[in-house]
Amino acid sequence: MAEGKRLSWLEPRPGGLYCIPGDFYVDPVRKAERAIITHGHADHARPGNNHVLATHETIAIAEARYGSNAGRSFQRVRYGEVTRIGDVSVRLVSAGHVLGSAQVVLEHGGERIVVSGDYKRSRDPTCAPFEVVTCDAFITEATFGLPVFRHPSASAEVGRLLASVAAAPERCHLVGVYALGKAQRVIALLREAGYDDTIYLHGALQKLCALYQRLGVDLGDLAPVAGLPKQALTGRIVMCPPSSLADRWSQQMPDPVTAVASGWMRIRARARQRGAELPLIISDHADWDELTATIRDVEAGEIWVTHGREDALVHYARSLGLEARALSLVGREEDGDTETEMEEAGS
Amino acid sequence: MQAFAELLDRLSTAPGRNVRLDLIAAYLKSTPDPDRGYALASLAGDLKLRAARPSMIRELVADRTDPELFRLSYDYVGDLAETVSLLWPQDRSANATPHLSEIIGTLEAAKRGQVPDLVAGWLDRLDPTGRWALLKLLTGGLRVGVSGRLARTALTRLGDADLPAIEEVWHAVEPPYTALFDWLEGRAERPSLAEAMTFRPLMLAHPLEAEEQSRLDMADFRAEWKWDGIRVQLVLRGGQGRLFSRTGDDISAAFPDLMQTLAGDAVLDGELLVMRSDGIGSFNDLQQRLNRKTVSAKQQAAHPVGIRLYDILFDADRDCRALPFIDRRQVLTDWVARHASPRLDLSPLVPAVDWEQLAKVRADPPHPAIEGVMLKRADSPYHAGRPRGLWFKWKREPHRVDCVMMYAQRGHGRRSSLYSDFTFGAWRGDELVPVGKAYFGFTDAELKELDRFVRGNIVDRYGPVRAVEQSLVLEIAFDGVNRSRRHKSGVAMRFPRIARIRWDKPAAEADHVETIERLIT
Ligand SMILES: [Zn+2]
Ligand SMILES: [Zn+2]
Repeated sequence: MAEGKRLSWLEPRPGGLYCIPGDFYVDPVRKAERAIITHGHADHARPGNNHVLATHETIAIAEARYGSNAGRSFQRVRYGEVTRIGDVSVRLVSAGHVLGSAQVVLEHGGERIVVSGDYKRSRDPTCAPFEVVTCDAFITEATFGLPVFRHPSASAEVGRLLASVAAAPERCHLVGVYALGKAQRVIALLREAGYDDTIYLHGALQKLCALYQRLGVDLGDLAPVAGLPKQALTGRIVMCPPSSLADRWSQQMPDPVTAVASGWMRIRARARQRGAELPLIISDHADWDELTATIRDVEAGEIWVTHGREDALVHYARSLGLEARALSLVGREEDGDTETEMEEAGS
Repeated sequence: MQAFAELLDRLSTAPGRNVRLDLIAAYLKSTPDPDRGYALASLAGDLKLRAARPSMIRELVADRTDPELFRLSYDYVGDLAETVSLLWPQDRSANATPHLSEIIGTLEAAKRGQVPDLVAGWLDRLDPTGRWALLKLLTGGLRVGVSGRLARTALTRLGDADLPAIEEVWHAVEPPYTALFDWLEGRAERPSLAEAMTFRPLMLAHPLEAEEQSRLDMADFRAEWKWDGIRVQLVLRGGQGRLFSRTGDDISAAFPDLMQTLAGDAVLDGELLVMRSDGIGSFNDLQQRLNRKTVSAKQQAAHPVGIRLYDILFDADRDCRALPFIDRRQVLTDWVARHASPRLDLSPLVPAVDWEQLAKVRADPPHPAIEGVMLKRADSPYHAGRPRGLWFKWKREPHRVDCVMMYAQRGHGRRSSLYSDFTFGAWRGDELVPVGKAYFGFTDAELKELDRFVRGNIVDRYGPVRAVEQSLVLEIAFDGVNRSRRHKSGVAMRFPRIARIRWDKPAAEADHVETIERLIT
């Protein structure tokens, strides 16, 4: 198909998505002089950039993760605030993915391109909802870009977790969640469902939960697992990174029900591979219905698909008569390898 | 249906036997009749349901989805029932979900042409988990890690009856097992076995392991030939007879020649074989009579079958199962003497002096229909199931050939993301022809290596099947070979498994089809 003309000022390069008239990268994969960062996940926010523009929260997250390596100078912006960089106007709007996550709205020469980063449309009490911005070209993720991925309501999934806790009070519930976004969302949903007990955390989750609380997200009573006797966790909910579910750390749990909260849990073989006795389909990425609704909502003539299973979404967009193409971005391409997919579920 | 679907869903990811038992028992306690009975039957593999062909399911989903999106989805998920359950357009206005018993009753009463519309209607009313469960039920094979024995073990949680007691009545009751539940939960007497010509659970043998052999004293045992036929149970009563397979399926109708000649009153255990006046036929011979619903006079004449008996469970009303093996053997010998028939005979004992002598006769048996020896403790009662230390089977060494991997396919269940089903071939001239399929024999670590080999060597795709570079040699072990018209190679291996992966061996040095043909007995 014909190359879209808008690619003339925004293009994929080995270092990431590069904006020519502004001389900056969005979510660069190599150290860049000037970077706009959509959100704090490690495949988007990388250390070592010189000048970084992002939301407050995203910068706070990057600093928590990378310390002084997060960037040399920062421009902290609010959603909706317009900045000019070179000949380009730049505005960040909410993406609904994790706290501080943003879509990047770029305008140049009378054209508007939206780089959505990672996003979702379903409800999340820990971050601002996705905002629809109409545009000429829309760059969408496709992590769950197949029609088999239709996430059920996250509250209902948390309800299943609580039902299991009630049904097996002699066991402990060990929930594998990604440290940024998923952990806090699941905790917040548990609180909404009326679960007031202390929730116990693996050390790798503590820093970001504390940061969320400092940024005003109420997560209730949290405590570290470390130092507790085994029996103290009977009947409790414990959260840890997915990678800790199978390692020696998890052996200190009393007869745990292993739960994993991820969009991949929709596929039984994945759930079994992860050893999830209780798979919880909770995702911070848009499912098929959200992806296709967004493609319609933004009214863009061109759709660029990245970050996941592009084929089906490109096919769908073309069936609507839109120009659509897969955009390969280095560092975020998935080849179907399970482990990468699982790690990416947290991105 | 929703409760059953949730049970299957939880079972599909349940980590161990005890968690599965808890889940099944909780379901059986909280679900009313008759739904729980049908659920139990399907878990135990005893639900005889008119199966829906995968092609029908595919047509239904094709009417409702974009073919390209279906193809991409199926390719990703790898399991038809799961793909369709997720892709099926949700009817958000549907409310009442169908009951399991409603589905089964309606299917039984339906005409063939009505099935697709019925299934579509149910799929509309269910959620993704419900749809998945329904499709698994209809296409057969739940694959949720539950055996019939485990399902029956869950029944012990309902009352005081233990597993042997439940196994004993299992074949006298039918789905939805209302009489069984009434008994287990103390509302009624045990279902009667006296008049029913029911299957009694078989006693099974363990393979003899080398290290165990050294601990066994030959003097405690009696040896018999291990016949290469099919294990059957013959129930005779009041001039009637029924023949059951080892799993309790009634196969009488396929063997009228045998059944018409029998008289007596007993429950007998033995091997179904082709029996001609000049001797026993091979398994290949017997194959002509298997898996048939009806049988022509010509087939009956060409391949007459009989039973070589080796045990007796009941002599008239006398339950012999608690007797020691040697005493049962005497009862059986007397019974056979009283009921002389060209179709029934006694499996002889094999003189066993010591291991060395027995190993010799095992390696060189007097007949090709013998695949090894059986060792049974002289004092063993007839104990249903597979009790330890009583009966052993000591098979001849398997045949081994080197073949080349040709095709691979993803497995099912736990293995659905790995290439774990392999088709392998042997040389005919300078061409490889497929000679068999294997999906076990390897360790988990080897499976990962095989999967990696497939992913790196795909040369073509046909639906779910991947053709691979013909370079990897697999050493295949198998128990026998039959002629087969269904296979291009003309041979079909019995029980093939991957014995070794020969990373070191060039494909050109693999075996030829003729080598395998020479093993046909
Ligand atoms: Zn992300
Ligand atoms: Zn991402």
